[in-house]
Amino acid sequence: MNQLMRFTRLHGDSKVAPFVAVLVILTALASLGNLLMPQDSIFYVSTYTITLLGKYLCYAMLALAVDVIWGYCGILSLGHGAFFALGGYAMGMYLMRQIGDRGVYGNPELPDFMVFLNWSELPWFWYGFDQFWFAMLMVLLVPGLLAFIFGWLAFRSRVTGVYLSIMTQALTYALLLAFFRNEMGFGGNNGLTDFKDILGFDLQSDKTRVALFGMTALLLGLTFITSHKILKSRMGKVIVAIRDGESRARFMGYRTERYKVWLFVYSAMIAGIAGALYVPQVGIINPGEFSPLNSIEIVIWVAVGGRGTLIGAIIGALLVNYAKTKFTAIMPDGWLFALGAMFVLVTLYLPQGLMGLLQKIRGDKETAKPVETTQAQEAKA
Amino acid sequence: MRHLLAVFCCYFAVFSVSVQANEQTISDSQISTAVAPSTSMLIQQLVEVKLSKSLPLLERLEAEGGTELLPLFKTLLEGRLYFIKSTKQVVAADKTGSDYQLFDLFSGETLGMMNKKQIKKIRVNNKLRVFLRGAIARLDLKHPDADKRLAAVKALLTSLDSSTLNTLEAIRNTESDEHVLAMIDLALALDLSRSPIPEKRLAAVTVLGDSLESDSRNRLNVMAESDPDTQVKQAAEVALKKINERIEFYDFVDQLFFGLSLGSVLLLAAIGLAITFGVMGVINMAHGEMIMLGAYTTYVVQLMMPEYIEYSLWVAIPAAFVVSGLFGILIERGVIRHLHGRPLETLLATFGISLILQQLVRTVFSPLNRQVESPLWMSGSLEINPVLSLTFNRLYILAFALLVFGLLLLILRKTSLGLNVRAVSQNRSMAKAMGIRTDWVDAMTFGLGSGIAGIAGVALSQLTNVGPNLGQSYIIDSFMVVVFGGVGNLWGTLVAAFSLGVANKFLEPVTGAVLASILVLVFIILFIQKKPKGLFPQKGRAAE
Repeated sequence: MNQLMRFTRLHGDSKVAPFVAVLVILTALASLGNLLMPQDSIFYVSTYTITLLGKYLCYAMLALAVDVIWGYCGILSLGHGAFFALGGYAMGMYLMRQIGDRGVYGNPELPDFMVFLNWSELPWFWYGFDQFWFAMLMVLLVPGLLAFIFGWLAFRSRVTGVYLSIMTQALTYALLLAFFRNEMGFGGNNGLTDFKDILGFDLQSDKTRVALFGMTALLLGLTFITSHKILKSRMGKVIVAIRDGESRARFMGYRTERYKVWLFVYSAMIAGIAGALYVPQVGIINPGEFSPLNSIEIVIWVAVGGRGTLIGAIIGALLVNYAKTKFTAIMPDGWLFALGAMFVLVTLYLPQGLMGLLQKIRGDKETAKPVETTQAQEAKA
Repeated sequence: MRHLLAVFCCYFAVFSVSVQANEQTISDSQISTAVAPSTSMLIQQLVEVKLSKSLPLLERLEAEGGTELLPLFKTLLEGRLYFIKSTKQVVAADKTGSDYQLFDLFSGETLGMMNKKQIKKIRVNNKLRVFLRGAIARLDLKHPDADKRLAAVKALLTSLDSSTLNTLEAIRNTESDEHVLAMIDLALALDLSRSPIPEKRLAAVTVLGDSLESDSRNRLNVMAESDPDTQVKQAAEVALKKINERIEFYDFVDQLFFGLSLGSVLLLAAIGLAITFGVMGVINMAHGEMIMLGAYTTYVVQLMMPEYIEYSLWVAIPAAFVVSGLFGILIERGVIRHLHGRPLETLLATFGISLILQQLVRTVFSPLNRQVESPLWMSGSLEINPVLSLTFNRLYILAFALLVFGLLLLILRKTSLGLNVRAVSQNRSMAKAMGIRTDWVDAMTFGLGSGIAGIAGVALSQLTNVGPNLGQSYIIDSFMVVVFGGVGNLWGTLVAAFSLGVANKFLEPVTGAVLASILVLVFIILFIQKKPKGLFPQKGRAAE
């Protein structure tokens, strides 16, 4: 009963419509500011800012993906960067094929790095990536499939908690090592870069940039609404039940591992989409995206914003990344100190993140508290 | 002037003979300060003869002289032999600045400085160098140290000529050391294998087949391919096959050793994690950084006692234990205690600490790698045979890891702290009810685990360079070891560390280093499917 009450509270007051409205209005304003305003106007938004905002929104989508499984299902994934990077590589492969014979070596078939490695023909796993629809399918399928295999293996044998977290970290670490190898056929150390255009539009032009930014905002809004719907549905209720007491949910007859696997796959696919949107905007994808540090940073975005709220994850991602941009510009050495301190302070003093703090300030203490206590009991037992 | 010198030399020769007679020992430092008069005449001729005529002269020198000529041949080979233009005295010289420092050829005494114009170099060509190397080795054959003699015979294997063989045969009768004897037999067999008589070649093959030296293998290869006699050819093929089997075996042993060495490092890194994870159920993501702190402690200890590098490790081991242990206790008291019962949050918070520690080290020491010097007794290697040699540092670390393991086992079995730790790890609430101060046990366990990580850092500093990222990669590996072996079981950790280390090293040549670690990772993920509680799960209700 208590859990049901908490559940309705958690979702009853999440403000989906206002949030999406704010997102749409801000995106539209920024886009118009870039395209219509003259350069000297105070309302002008530079293309650099647009790209930066687009990048932040990709991160926000990634944070959303982590929040869906961590905040609602209690699965702490320290390897979501892997799904993000896989989606990014799928998009990067399409963009590489679009370069055609405009590369340094002018080979119409092979990307530059393959010519450089003296490869004579395209590896089989590059087939089809010259088609946009195929690449987009892969953006969803590759991370989804990996998440399915991993999740199926892990959840079926009831690997949970710390074990699962370290396993996911090991997963992304293994992929990092693999993608660094030239023989893998993904550009090795340098990754994929020097993209020219997407669907025939020049990647450097302002309009394409704004379009990509708009697309990111749109998809962020869509995934946000979808995630909210899923978690509000009957399935969502079971998922929260699994978070708060997996054994109890299992005893009630739910196949908890199935719920977990499908949620994991869904989350991985969102991460893949975020990666695919990220690559054309920053213009490069390399194995560094697989590094465990990247994945664990996503978790801190969610933790700062407040997990189990969706909006909190998005706000957290935007805030932390804005702080990172500012911080690294002023004192680059200090960022890791700040990030480390953020990990410690948020877990110690702000377990419900900024959203939890907000609710606390509002005097709505009941909502913020019970989540903590049940989880703690669960862990103790 | 030359006359005078000859008299001088003569005097010293008499003196040296008497010294030899009295002491009956010859060694590098005690080689006679001068040579017999006839020899010294020959040396003097070196100054005058042309380069093309030097070889017969040197051969005569070798025939007449003995070990006392070693310094002459060595300096000549090194191109440090000069003579003084005014006196025609033959000296050794080293260039220091624009001038030359002169030394007496035989006593090594300094004879003052001279400039370039006052002296002239005695030149050598390649032909002479080949001869000199052989001559030096032949002279070394008479060295009292068996190792030196062995090295000398080995050096001669590639350039066997009739004079060398005569010397070897002569020496064979007086030689007592079996290794040297075997090597001489090998040299003789190498010569025998070129004999026109098939029976002799056949005999040679049996001797060559017993040796693992590359020279004998090369020779057998040639014989197996192109010996005119089919019987010899077949014998050579059989011998070669036998040698290759032996080499394969030793390669296997070598890989096994490397695997065990990697396993010992993994054991040191994982064992601390095993007890903290076993007792408190939390993963300390800063565990790798505790290893790094231990390695940096070694570096700082060496900076503080630069004259006593040999002993620095004995200081570094307790120092690293204390430094890392204190940091561990600090982390436990400051952060982990407040996150009790929330393992995932603990993981995040300790990850934050690991970032801070890494950046701290970068700020204090610089982001560049630091080199920690190895004491002399840890360098070098134990040569078992020509194809197998085990490096001392890896051997010592292997032994050290086992020692640390044994000590930890002793602590857990025999001390009251160990009893408390085991009680808390089996059933925390029950232990608390029995009056065990679980808080105190937590802090001590964390200190102990971190301290051992610090010691692991000392060991690692002897194998790789010390840098801020040193520990980062170990957290995943260590966790894998703990999971594989079963949480809360030290023996499991031991078995897991060594089997993972060995598996990794055996996969490496087949798949490459990167793919090997990926395969091991995949294996463990699959392994957990079958045995989620590891190789040796804890039994009883507490384990659930």
